[in-house]
Amino acid sequence: MSARVGVVTFPGSQDDQDALRAVELVGAEPIALWHRERDLRQVDAVVLPGGFSYGDYLRAGAIARFSPVMETIVAGAREGLPVLGICNGFQVLCESHLLPGALIRNGGMLFINRDQRLRVDSVSTAWTADYTAGQQILIPIKNGEGRYTADEHTLDELEAEGRVVVRYLDNPNGSARDIAGIANAAGNVVGLMPHPEHAVEELTGPYPGPATDGLPFFTSILKRLVAA
Amino acid sequence: MTAPEQNRNSTRPAYVVDTVEHAAASPDVQLPYEALGVKPDEYDRIREILGRRPTSCELAMYSVMWSEHCSYKSSKVHLKQFGEKAPDVDFLLVGPGENAGVVDVGGDLAVTFKIESHNHPSYVEPYQGAATGIGGIVRDILTMGARPIAVMDPLRFGPADAADTHRVLPGVVRGIGGYGNSLGLPNIGGEIVFDPCYAGNPLVNALAVGVMKKSEIKLAQAHGPGNKVILFGARTGGDGIGGASVLASATFDDGRPSKRPSVQVGDPFMEKVLIECCLEIFAEDLVVGIQDLGAAGLSCSTSELAAAALQQTGVGGMDVQLDLVPLRDATLLPEEILMSESQERMMAVVTPADVERFFGICEKWDVTATVVGTVTDTGRLRITWHGETVVDVDPRTVAHQGPVYHRPYHRPAWQDELQAATPDSLSRPKTGEELRETVLRLAGDPNLADKRWVIEQYDHRVRGNTVLAHGEDSGMLRLDDESNLGIALATDGNGRYAKLDPYTGAQLALAEAYRNVAATGARPLAVTDCLNFGSPEDPEVMWQFAEATRGLADACQVLGTPVTGGNVSFYNQTNEQAIHPTPVVGVLGVIDDVSRRTRSAFEHEGDVLLLLGETHDELGGSEWAHVVHGHLGGLPPRVDLERERLLAEVLIAGSRDGMLSAAHDLSDGGLIQAVVESALRGGHGARIVLPDTVLDQVGGDPFVALFSESAGRAVVAVPRNEELRFTEVCRSRGLPVARIGVVEGEAVEVRSQFSIPLEELRRAHTGTFPALFG
Repeated sequence: MSARVGVVTFPGSQDDQDALRAVELVGAEPIALWHRERDLRQVDAVVLPGGFSYGDYLRAGAIARFSPVMETIVAGAREGLPVLGICNGFQVLCESHLLPGALIRNGGMLFINRDQRLRVDSVSTAWTADYTAGQQILIPIKNGEGRYTADEHTLDELEAEGRVVVRYLDNPNGSARDIAGIANAAGNVVGLMPHPEHAVEELTGPYPGPATDGLPFFTSILKRLVAA
Repeated sequence: MTAPEQNRNSTRPAYVVDTVEHAAASPDVQLPYEALGVKPDEYDRIREILGRRPTSCELAMYSVMWSEHCSYKSSKVHLKQFGEKAPDVDFLLVGPGENAGVVDVGGDLAVTFKIESHNHPSYVEPYQGAATGIGGIVRDILTMGARPIAVMDPLRFGPADAADTHRVLPGVVRGIGGYGNSLGLPNIGGEIVFDPCYAGNPLVNALAVGVMKKSEIKLAQAHGPGNKVILFGARTGGDGIGGASVLASATFDDGRPSKRPSVQVGDPFMEKVLIECCLEIFAEDLVVGIQDLGAAGLSCSTSELAAAALQQTGVGGMDVQLDLVPLRDATLLPEEILMSESQERMMAVVTPADVERFFGICEKWDVTATVVGTVTDTGRLRITWHGETVVDVDPRTVAHQGPVYHRPYHRPAWQDELQAATPDSLSRPKTGEELRETVLRLAGDPNLADKRWVIEQYDHRVRGNTVLAHGEDSGMLRLDDESNLGIALATDGNGRYAKLDPYTGAQLALAEAYRNVAATGARPLAVTDCLNFGSPEDPEVMWQFAEATRGLADACQVLGTPVTGGNVSFYNQTNEQAIHPTPVVGVLGVIDDVSRRTRSAFEHEGDVLLLLGETHDELGGSEWAHVVHGHLGGLPPRVDLERERLLAEVLIAGSRDGMLSAAHDLSDGGLIQAVVESALRGGHGARIVLPDTVLDQVGGDPFVALFSESAGRAVVAVPRNEELRFTEVCRSRGLPVARIGVVEGEAVEVRSQFSIPLEELRRAHTGTFPALFG
C-alpha cells in the first residue's frame, strides 16, 4: 500500500509548504491538492494546513468549508479517510461539522506565537498512535482565534469518549477544558490548533527544544497507511 | 476576470476634463500647484518641459513623482556616494535604482532585499500604516522576480510610558502581525527602541528579503512596441489619494464619497494571492517587464516602465486608457485614478502572444487583470480618459528628470556644546550593590528588556526555513534543503550616537549590523539603509544627513559591503523639533551551512567566556547615560572598521570550525547586558572575573568594563577543550582576547562585586513589556 498524503492549498493557506515537507521527511509521498479540484488524486490521507483561507475575513474556515475540494474530503472522512486539520485546518473541520465546537478569539485578544507544552491524551487516533498516552510534548502554537469552545454537553461527551487528543499544560488562550485538539468518534479525523509540522527538524523546531515533538503525527499516519 | 471592453467603466462622472488640447488653449488657467507641494520654480520647469501649462492630470503626476518621497530631490546628491565609493565586488547583480538590489549568494541563487520607511502613515493610522508598509516592501521584492521569504521591522517610538506610545505601538505591532502573518512570511528580527525624540514621529521601517534563480531577475522596463500593458491585482479605489482631490474638488459633481482615508488600507489576502499568481507567471516567463504600484500608484508605474525602456534603448513609449482601470469607486476622476495608492496592484508588460496564458494564471488565482495600454515607439506617455487625452509627456521628465537640490547645510552651532557635555561628570555606581542595581535597571529598561510581548504576535516559523529569529544576533534562513546554504540579516541603528556625531553614528549602525551577522556565523555581504531624518529644508538637519551618508559610504567601502538600495525618510519632525538623525542599516550575510550557525545563549555549564576586542571608557550616548541620567552628550564610541572586519573573520571561522558554543555582540548596555541576555536565553548563569587586561583598558573601573559601549567587541562561550585553539586563532590574527569567566550556576555573578540570581534577572527583564502594554 502506498502512503500518499495530500495537503490542500486554499487561497490564503500559509503552512501548506511546511506540511508537505513534514510528510516528505517521514518518508510518505506528499501530494499537493488545490481547493478548486474535487479530485483527491488517490491520496490515502489529507492534511488541511494552517493559514488564513480566503483571508478568513468572515469567520476562520467559514468560506473554505464550501470549496469543491472539501466536498470530497467531507464525504471521504465520513468513510474513514484520515484527515488532520492544523490551526486553520482545525477551524475548517469545525465549520464543516466533521468535528464539534468552534474556535473563537483568544482570551487575551492577541495573536500568540510560542512554543507550547501539551499533553497527548488520546493515542487511539489515526494521527497520534506513535505517542504514548500522557506524553508531554512541545509544539508551537500561532493563532489569533484558537480558543476552543463547545457546549457543556459536547465537552462532556468528548471527555467521556476519549476524544480530547491534546491538551494545553498552561492554557494560553482560555480554551475550554484546556483542549488543544480533538478527534471524531471514529478517530480518523483530528483537528488541533498547535502546529506539529513546525516541530519536525532540529534546525527549525522549537528552541530550546525538544525540537521534533511534532514528528509522531506524521509517522503515526505513515505506519498506519503502510500497515493497511 | 473580464475582457478589456467589458471592463470599461461605462458611467463617466459628469466632469469637465482638462485635456491636453484645452491646456494648450488656456495658458492662463491657474492650477493649485502649491497645494500639491509643487514649488513655483518647479511649476515653471514643468511648463518649460511641456511648452504649455500642464493639464491637471499631468500636474498630478509631476507633483507626486517630483515629491521628496519619489524623486529623492534633496538626498540624491549625497546618495550618489554609495555608487562612487562602492567597493569593487563581483556578487552585486543589481545595484541601487531598481526596486531592490540583488546579490549573488552562490549556487544558482540570488537574493534581493530592501528596507523602507512607513513612518508618517503609521503615526496617523498605526495598524494600516504598518500593515501597508509590509505590503509595499514585499511587492518591491516580488517585482524583482523573487519569492519573498521573510520580513523584519525596526521600530522606534516615543517614551514607553507616554500615552501616545500606547496608541501607536500596539497598533503598529498588530498591523505588522496582521498583515505579515496573513502573507505567510516569517518575521525574523528587527528592533524596538524608545526615545522621547520619536514622540509624534515614530519610525516604522520594514525590510523584506526574497530569493530567486539568478537567471530569473525581472526589471521594471516597458520594452517592445506593441506589447500589452496589464494592470492586475486589487481594484483602484479612493484611498491614499492625498493632494489630488485638490485638483478635482473645484469641479466634481455631487454624490461622491466625501471622506477618503489619506492612509491606504491593506488586504493581505489579496497580496498573498498576488504573490503566488506572480510567481507562477514568472515561472512561465510571461513578462517583459514588471512594476508594483506603490507610492504614486499609476503615475509611477506607467512613467517608470516607459522611461526605463527609453533610457535603455532609446525606443519606447506607452499609451494608456485610464477608463479601463478597474475601479472600486466608479466616481473617481482621472487625476485621482493616477494618484491613488490603493494597495496590492501590479503592472506587467506582456507580449501579445503571452496575454492569454497570463490571463489564465490570473484566473486560476481569481486575480483581476486588465489590459490598460500598449507599449509604443512614440517616446511619449499618452493617457486618455473616455477618449480624451489628459496626459502627453516624455515619461523621462516625470520619472527621472525631477528637480535636484543642493540644499544648504551647516554644522549646528550646538554640536560643539553637545559634544563637550561628556558623561564624565555623571555620578557612576561605585559599590557592588550600586552596580547590581544598575544591572537590574538596565535589564528591565524598555530599550533592553525582553520583547516577547511583541514578537509573540509575529509568526517567525512559516515556510519552515527559519533557523534563527528574534532574540538572536541575526535572523537566519535556510535557502536550500540539500546544501544548507543560508542567509542572515540584521538591522541596527542608534539615533543617540548619530545625534552626537552623524558620521560616526552611521558607521556604528553599519558596524553593529555587520557584527551581528558575523556573530551568528554568516559572512556579511551587502547593505540596505533606511535614512530617517528631520526636514531637509533645515540646514542643520541637512548637515546631519550629509555627514551620515558620507560616513556610511566610507564605511561600506572599507568593509567591502556595497549599499544595494534603500530609502530616505525626511520630515520626521514636529514643528522645529526633529528626531535624532537615525540611519538604520540592514546587513545581509551568507552562510554555507546553516547547521553551523552560532546562537547567543549560554547552553553548556563549564564553557569558558571570552571577551573579544578592546574596552575603553566610552559612555557617550550610552544606554546607561540615557536610562540612569537622561543624559545625552559627549562623543559616541570610536569606530575601527579594520577591527570590525577582524572580529567578524574570527567569529565566522569559530562558527565554521565548530569552536563556539555561543556568541553575542556587545552594544547597548555593554558587556554585562550581553552576558545577562545570553544567560537568560540559555538558562545558565555566568561567573565573571574581570581580568587585569580588561581593567587596565578602563582605568581599573569595573563599572566601565561592564557598561561601556565600545564597538568591535563580542562575548563568546567556548567549550573548555576548544579554548586554547580559539584563543590562538585570535592571537595569531591580532584580535585582543581575554578570559572573563565561565558559564556556571544559577546567577550572573561578577566576582567581588555582585551576584544576581537568574530568576531575579528574568523578572526584571521580562516583566517590563507586559506591565506596560499587556
